Amino acid sequence: MLDALHAVLVAPFRDMAGSPAFLVEVLIGGLFAGLMYSLVALGFVLIFKASGVFNFAQGVMVLFAALTLVGLLERGAPVLLALGLTTAVMVALAFAIERLVLRPLVNQEHIILFMATIGLNFFLEGFGEMLWGANVKKLDIGIPDRSFIVRGVQINELELTAAVTAAVLVAVLALFFQRTRIGRALRAVADDHEAALSLGIPLKTIWVVVWSVAGVVAIVAGLMWGAKSGVQFSLSLIALKALPVLILGGFESVPGAIVGGLIIGIGEKLGEVYWGPLVGGAIENWFAYVLALAFLLVRPQGLFGERIIERV
Amino acid sequence: MKGSAAAPPLLEVDRVSVRFGALIAVNQVSLSVARGEIVAIIGPNGAGKTTLLNAVSGFYRPYEGTIAFEGRDRTRLAPPDVAALGIARTFQNVALFKGMSVLDNIMTGRLLKMRGNFLLEALYWGPARRQELEHRAFVERIIDFLEIQAIRKTPAGRLPYGLQKRVELARALAAEPKLLLLDEPMAGMNVEEKEDMCRFILDVNQEFDTTIALIEHDMGVVMDVSDRVVVLDYGRKIADGPPASVRKDAAVLDAYLGVAHDA
Repeated sequence: MLDALHAVLVAPFRDMAGSPAFLVEVLIGGLFAGLMYSLVALGFVLIFKASGVFNFAQGVMVLFAALTLVGLLERGAPVLLALGLTTAVMVALAFAIERLVLRPLVNQEHIILFMATIGLNFFLEGFGEMLWGANVKKLDIGIPDRSFIVRGVQINELELTAAVTAAVLVAVLALFFQRTRIGRALRAVADDHEAALSLGIPLKTIWVVVWSVAGVVAIVAGLMWGAKSGVQFSLSLIALKALPVLILGGFESVPGAIVGGLIIGIGEKLGEVYWGPLVGGAIENWFAYVLALAFLLVRPQGLFGERIIERV
Repeated sequence: MKGSAAAPPLLEVDRVSVRFGALIAVNQVSLSVARGEIVAIIGPNGAGKTTLLNAVSGFYRPYEGTIAFEGRDRTRLAPPDVAALGIARTFQNVALFKGMSVLDNIMTGRLLKMRGNFLLEALYWGPARRQELEHRAFVERIIDFLEIQAIRKTPAGRLPYGLQKRVELARALAAEPKLLLLDEPMAGMNVEEKEDMCRFILDVNQEFDTTIALIEHDMGVVMDVSDRVVVLDYGRKIADGPPASVRKDAAVLDAYLGVAHDA
């Protein structure tokens, strides 16, 4: 009994203190994964805030963006041109979604819009593979996947670039949505469509802006994950990791998505490395979901979510 | 006398009908609102008052007829474009942004007035900061005017109903509208709240020079506030004139009290 307690509560921390450089490496790995989760979760949050829709297709949008990018690169487009074209494709997609999916379903129940995004999910998956093929592709954006060592800590160049890019993007988006009048309009639209319309806020524009931004976020996420592990169907499954992030951070909170992603990224890496051996490993695979479950029981609105108060 | 005969009316509704399938909710209604006037649109339940208001603010498309604002036809405009013309409105079942504070709610009313560079806004720097402060100052003036200083940081959803109505009025006023449409501003209020609301409506009209068209269910309340009363019944206009004459109008009395049917 005492042995077990010692193994769970003392030994892992002793290991951490024993090799600080290794601990830092683990933390950096967690931070990287966490930022990537945040990025995907952010796509969900933006769309949920503006239209109250849980966008089931966010993961496939990441896949679609990555497929488009790789397809263009394979056909010999330079990196910057390919990025520009992919952005154009994602913005065009936002326009198409607003026109063909959201506008006809305006003022419908949220569940109906949610079902529409499931349809969108399958459409994009098939469409992307039809255009670019279904085989696993290597995404090479010219950043080498090699490491350098600073004070005994091994740092991967690709991961570092990805982390910095993600951090910058997240900071820019947070400022944009918290401070600008688009941000205020967005919150208004999220709360009450009719009232927002009556104040001169054009719903269509807001939706296109939000889906475009979600598309750009998908490009960055697809780029980073794709460069790390190849572009393939499983890319769309990282959306599943974004769910616990959303539950942790609150569905409507941009800072929540970021903090939630980091907590889960770092938590699962620490858990895997230091506590994993106790249970035979694979903590990384379920840590996020168990944490989310605990949050659902204790604080269902998430860390930063708005508490739902209903008069009875 | 408000609104001289020579100037074109601010709002001119000409033989407008609104249909939902076979139901004709508003039937060939014409009415005009002169600059500076307070017009009350009254009528029993289901008379088509809110439908008419929704047509004016762009939420419904009229089936026939035209709506002109400041002499220009605007029958086919969508709600955000109507708002941009300077028509603000409130809703029958209070449509506030419940999660946002009272102050933020009222600030959304200023969105149409805001211009400038997103980059500067994001950094809250230079002209963007000045702009935000200017708008904030105007909003504070409205907050003082409607006597809601004490609740400015409260989330709108937590306020009692009467105060929510007042915040909604504040948000509409923040847009500095030329025409203010109020959909049952006094519904569900107690006598004291109704008196407050009447006072605010009169003050808004005088102090901000705002033309007001309001819908009311209860005939008694509007008689004191309005310059003119328009009565709807079953989608048709049955009376239009100063409160004193409308009060005595036989058709109006029939609509409200029922008609005595012989045989």
